[in-house]
Amino acid sequence: MIDNTLAHPELAAFEVHGMTRASFMLRGALAAGAVYGTAAVGPFVSQALAQTGGGDAEILNFALTLEYLESTFYEVKGKQVGLSGQAKTYAEEFGMEESQHVAALMGAIKELGGKPVKKPTFVFPATNEKSFLALASVLENTGVGAYNGAAPSLKSKQLLGVAGSIVQVEARHAAAIDLLIEKSPTPNGGFDLPLTKAQVLAKAGPLIKS
Amino acid sequence: MSQDTEQQDPVTQPAGIVERLVRDDMDRKRFLKAVGAGGAASFGAFVLAACGSSKSSSTASTAATATTATTATNSSDSGDVAILNYALTLEYLESQFYENVIAAGLFNGKVGALLESFGSQEKEHALALKGTVSKLGGTPVSKPVAKFPIENANQVAQLAYTVENLGASAYLGQAGNIQNPEVLAAALSIHTVEARHASTLGTLVKKSVTPNGAFAIPADMSTVLAAVKPFLA
Repeated sequence: MIDNTLAHPELAAFEVHGMTRASFMLRGALAAGAVYGTAAVGPFVSQALAQTGGGDAEILNFALTLEYLESTFYEVKGKQVGLSGQAKTYAEEFGMEESQHVAALMGAIKELGGKPVKKPTFVFPATNEKSFLALASVLENTGVGAYNGAAPSLKSKQLLGVAGSIVQVEARHAAAIDLLIEKSPTPNGGFDLPLTKAQVLAKAGPLIKS
Repeated sequence: MSQDTEQQDPVTQPAGIVERLVRDDMDRKRFLKAVGAGGAASFGAFVLAACGSSKSSSTASTAATATTATTATNSSDSGDVAILNYALTLEYLESQFYENVIAAGLFNGKVGALLESFGSQEKEHALALKGTVSKLGGTPVSKPVAKFPIENANQVAQLAYTVENLGASAYLGQAGNIQNPEVLAAALSIHTVEARHASTLGTLVKKSVTPNGAFAIPADMSTVLAAVKPFLA
């Protein structure tokens, strides 16, 4: 059982949004397991737990899983459902950008001496352009919350800059998609909510097949 | 507890608020949990209430220290205060800009409503930042006098696109400089909203929603302040 508190004892007691960093990770795993069964998030959770030392690599691997999810969604599912017009343009452009996020995070994890998680298999419940865009909105907005929730736990200021650079783009994606489907581009109003890992996994977990 | 910070006027002795938050640690944690569960509206309140109580608290020890200090009691807070005041200046400019745009009546319907909502959000940002500066023991900057060219709808939308992109890059440029993790969390939550604004304006002026591609580019303080100088009267 990984104990984040040993690697960075000064951070263990530190509270971000009312939760210690150690319990942040554990609650996420437990909550996801309880609601969806471990199979839904198994590979990610087991890989995260298998890592020793935790730290920034662990956080980046969490982000990497989401980027794999988004890039696969745009590039593979986007082609399957058949998109046209602005939806097609966004899927192509955003898919490329998510792929670049994947590459950047993999590189950063390796530089830290960590092991990037393998790309999972995903299942996306979308059958046409309308349901595709609705899911795109969920994924992008969840991505914003995920990065905003996790970034303050990063030890490295350089990686914080990388995370900030990526999350800004996710927010741009989210707003563009939301406008396209005639939703508010600022669904959280003036302040985007940071999400806990459990909240992120509640949205993304069911899409991770293996 | 006769001579303590509760008896000081919190407006003139802002550091007293930090001291009180330190001693009331159990209440603070309960409050944070409570506002944390409340959703977006209360996250703004979280920003106002929570900042400044974690880092500075470990060194502020006596009521005397707290009450005599009228500026932030340690250098990490004063660094954050400087950044927050910089952000506050930008938010004041943005909210003034939207006020002027709305007053000019150039937009109506959906676009008008969107710009009005953005203006309200910039005001919320300013309010939150101002409160955070005070809670950290700093003095919030005054609202600057600003002027913006307002000629026609397209020109204004272009200007808004420029300003919002600048705002997003400004926040990104400061993320690594912020010391207090709660202040950082608040800055990040504002940063992505500015990005959403910029993206929206991009769709309106038919320019890229991601002008820098996959990785947004940070701008440093001097670059941003030079860029906004023309708007300061």
